[in-house]
Amino acid sequence: MLCENCGKNEAAIHLTQIQNNEMTTRHLCEVCAETMGLSSGGAGPSAPLADFIAQMGKAIASETATTAGTCPSCGLTLADFKKTGRLGCARCYSVFDTSLRGLLRKLHGGTQHSGKVYLPKDPTETDRTARLVSLRRGLGRAVDSEDFERAAALRDQIRRLEAGQEVQG
Amino acid sequence: MKERFLDGDPDAGLAWLRADGPNSDIVLSTRIRLARNLRNFRFGTRADADDRGEVLRLTLAAADAAPSLQSGRNVTVSTLDDTERQLLLERHLVSRELIGGEGHVAPTHTALVLAPGEGLSVMVNEEDHLRLQNIVGGFRLRDAWRDVERLDDEMGQRVPYAFHPEFGYLTSCPTNVGTGLRASVLMHLPGLVLTQEIAKVLQGISQVGLTFRGLYGEGSDVVGNFFQISNQTTLGKTEEDLIDHLQRIVQQVVQYETQARSVLLRDAPTVIEDKVWRAYGLLRHARSTSFEEVMNLLSGVRLGVGLKLIENVRVQTLNRIMIFAQSAHLERAARGRLPEGDLDVRRAAFVRGVLAAEESGAANA
Repeated sequence: MLCENCGKNEAAIHLTQIQNNEMTTRHLCEVCAETMGLSSGGAGPSAPLADFIAQMGKAIASETATTAGTCPSCGLTLADFKKTGRLGCARCYSVFDTSLRGLLRKLHGGTQHSGKVYLPKDPTETDRTARLVSLRRGLGRAVDSEDFERAAALRDQIRRLEAGQEVQG
Repeated sequence: MKERFLDGDPDAGLAWLRADGPNSDIVLSTRIRLARNLRNFRFGTRADADDRGEVLRLTLAAADAAPSLQSGRNVTVSTLDDTERQLLLERHLVSRELIGGEGHVAPTHTALVLAPGEGLSVMVNEEDHLRLQNIVGGFRLRDAWRDVERLDDEMGQRVPYAFHPEFGYLTSCPTNVGTGLRASVLMHLPGLVLTQEIAKVLQGISQVGLTFRGLYGEGSDVVGNFFQISNQTTLGKTEEDLIDHLQRIVQQVVQYETQARSVLLRDAPTVIEDKVWRAYGLLRHARSTSFEEVMNLLSGVRLGVGLKLIENVRVQTLNRIMIFAQSAHLERAARGRLPEGDLDVRRAAFVRGVLAAEESGAANA
């Protein structure tokens, strides 16, 4: 069945609608459905990533002259990243820092993580402090929003951490 | 705790089907996943067999010791046959990436660790080394978060995560960096589709930093009026902020959907009743149906149940059909591969059987 909007592509989306107690079904191709805001494919999270990669292309053009462009740990180059949209290892985030920073801002609206702070098994004093700061911030928010169950859990975590015990498990 | 997935509990990972969570006629399930990587190993696309093998070994050892995963099960996905892998996908327990695409050899050293309780699990060696996931029934974002966060702490104490003071948890794809958190809610929105409000709602959703997808995640079509709504950004906001934001918006969409349903019932009762009962009639009597047709008809019946037009069918029965009428589930029941035509015939017979049992159960009650 052909799309009833453009009459060219195969209809992939069959939309039933009701108006004035009458039911009609519309048969649309993905392109037309997307134009009408009805398709899931193109409007999904791939769109910002596509922008991101396109942007990355520009970054490569402007920065290959100033950066080495290859991660010494995993061998990823900016060109590889442009092709796959995937980074190769933790080190890539430092190696491609300059390029990534602007692009992360574009994707997420900022570059500073403000969520949970990771606490490894044998935390250093810095790890411990960073985690405590994040837990206390969470406690403040939980109290503000009167989520007392969460506040109590956070308070226990803070006490355990201050007493030098593992966080959980 | 090692065993083959199919030898165990036939409902493994499917506790959300019970439909006992809040708003479960409109919100089928709530899922939160955290993307994590191990420090000192190359990420998914760059990892070689040695990296993957070591990541799997370390992760399974950590999972064995993590309290949340006690008495769970490990499934080595790369050793499963096609039907078994497909079955995990049909239960939303693994991604297409983890099991390998159709006709492709499954990636090596991939595993799923499944907790015995509700829907807590860990995918190993997907795009990221670890994908911690929790699926719960109904609209329960905070419950889902609490359990997966605990598992995250337990795992993080046993394997060293890649974490950056500025960028947070480091992930293979920069769209996941920071919290690594994707929270999604699977909604059934026939009222908004029928009243033509859906486009507006979906546009609104994308304007407030959320995104929608079909039933099987990224790139999948919207079938049977089921929409998965989730956060788009992962960096710069706390996990609680991301969850609260999704919570507020989904709550609004639930209200819009409820309003749309009352408008339909007020302005077009005959059309709605006819649509609902035709859908039920087809499911109850058809002799051959594709899965897509089943999903579209289930949408009609589910709307009828939500509107109390159909009173002898439970939402949890519709949820069960959604999962068990899929091809790999039918093949598992038949204990072998089935040709396409046979599949559709068996599917119709299965659905008829379930609904007939529900009718007689309701009659006996």
